[in-house]
Amino acid sequence: MDFLNALIAFLNFVAVPAVAYGAQLALGALGVTLIYGILRFSNFAHGDTMAFGTAIAIILTWGLQSAGIGFGPLPTALLALPVAIAVTVGLVLLTDRVVYRFYRRQKAAPAILVIVSLGVMFVMNGIVRLVIGVEEQNFADGERFVISAGDFKTATGLAEGLAIKTTQAITVVTAVVVVAALFWFLQKTRTGKSMRAFSDNEDLALLSGINPDRVVQVTWIIAAGLAVIAGVLYGLDKSFRPFTYFQLLLPIFAAAIVGGLGNPIGAIAGGFVIAFSEVIVTYAWKKVLTYVLPDSLAPDGLVQLLSTDYKLAVSFVILIIVLLFAPTGLFKGKSV
Amino acid sequence: MAEPFLIGDAMTGGYGAVDILHGCTVAVEKGQIAVIVGPNGAGKSTAMKAVFGMLKLRGGKVRLGGEDITGLSPQARVAKGMAFVPQTHNIFTSMTVEENLEMGAFLRRDDIRPTMEQVYELFPILKTKRRQAAGELSGGQRQQVAVGRALMTQPKVLMLDEPTAGVSPIVMDELFDRIIEVARTGISILMVEQNARQALEIADKGYVLVQGANRYTDTGKALLADPEVRRTFLGG
Repeated sequence: MDFLNALIAFLNFVAVPAVAYGAQLALGALGVTLIYGILRFSNFAHGDTMAFGTAIAIILTWGLQSAGIGFGPLPTALLALPVAIAVTVGLVLLTDRVVYRFYRRQKAAPAILVIVSLGVMFVMNGIVRLVIGVEEQNFADGERFVISAGDFKTATGLAEGLAIKTTQAITVVTAVVVVAALFWFLQKTRTGKSMRAFSDNEDLALLSGINPDRVVQVTWIIAAGLAVIAGVLYGLDKSFRPFTYFQLLLPIFAAAIVGGLGNPIGAIAGGFVIAFSEVIVTYAWKKVLTYVLPDSLAPDGLVQLLSTDYKLAVSFVILIIVLLFAPTGLFKGKSV
Repeated sequence: MAEPFLIGDAMTGGYGAVDILHGCTVAVEKGQIAVIVGPNGAGKSTAMKAVFGMLKLRGGKVRLGGEDITGLSPQARVAKGMAFVPQTHNIFTSMTVEENLEMGAFLRRDDIRPTMEQVYELFPILKTKRRQAAGELSGGQRQQVAVGRALMTQPKVLMLDEPTAGVSPIVMDELFDRIIEVARTGISILMVEQNARQALEIADKGYVLVQGANRYTDTGKALLADPEVRRTFLGG
């Protein structure tokens, strides 16, 4: 029995990756939940907005790298991030202007807007593939680890190593900063408050003189910014592939719905619930259990509940359970 | 006689093909209280919405201070100094009391704190609950938030659609007292009321609507004294 090594193995293989993944999902889910709260539809194009922004960031990163510009120990992609956000915001606002605004004026039902966003999703899907192709791209550079497993082992003398990748550290730090800034904006600024008011009671917001066009515009800008940040962080941490980003839509929606659609705090909590569930269910627990259990009880198999190929199923199951038993989510969002 | 400050003159219109209002006229003088009463389905709330521009009129005009505002959107009317408190969904439930008041003053760019202090003076309970979410308050307190939000624009006319719906009789009296206080500050008040008797007691002018048309129009006192009105609308 060796609890310390078990704990380190748990941290290394479950907690750290899940926290980073949860932060990425949370950022994605925040965008989805804001769009849902203000524009009142589920934006299926969100995953591909992430993909588009990330593709732009990757291309810019290539440009910077070939120009010999780096960001020291940090990934060059972070330098490209602001520009990628600006480009994506432009695309999203253009989409709103030529597509969504038409349906908004018609006061289209949410179900129609969802299908419209599905169409936008397919278009963006195509644009991303035209821009960067369908292949996998690895664009993380700079220092690979904050703490490497080897260093950790020599420093502590433990058998198990704890590695923290630079991308994981960056993900968590960025997520904290972005979320703090977003909540400050929503709670303290005039525009942020008007967004919450609009989300809470649209008619009364109009009676109070809040300009709906401006609220919608700011919402798109923030959602696009969050999408690109989430996408680039995910791509740095793992890798970029257009299809993977399309698939991210499911855990992101699951996170937003588990937390309660329209509720930003719920989106963050939901992101971590989904991420931890996915990692815990698909992790092979043999190593941790071998440390914890007496030799006679040591497991023979991998003790992996589900193959990683099925990790999307985890989001699905959680989604179904939440919709069956708590349709408004953990933090009382709007019921769909 | 000079024209009233706000008048919905001979308004005709409805939501669809069928007219609900038939040449209905409601008006209020500066700093006075006008009350619209009548049986269910008489078009009281519809008349109110028509005055505020939430309903397209097929006939008639709405004038504010002599200016024709029939074509203006509700938002534009807010900018002209009209404020409306809907019957339901009249507060931002997820926001604090103070934020509700701030949103009421959204169009203003000057210092809103004096106005907020006035609202707190009028409704002291709101000051103690100002950091609480408005949705957590009692029915009467929520109505105070709703009226407070509307007052934040510093309106010339305050329109209230059944402000005492769903509140206890004690709270109702309290609300009526506050409404009188608001009128004393020079704000005209046009309101629809289900509690006809109490509302007419505080009304300078009363309108009894039946089927979208004016049946009786007089001062509140005169309507209360009218045996015909008493028998048909006030239950004896």
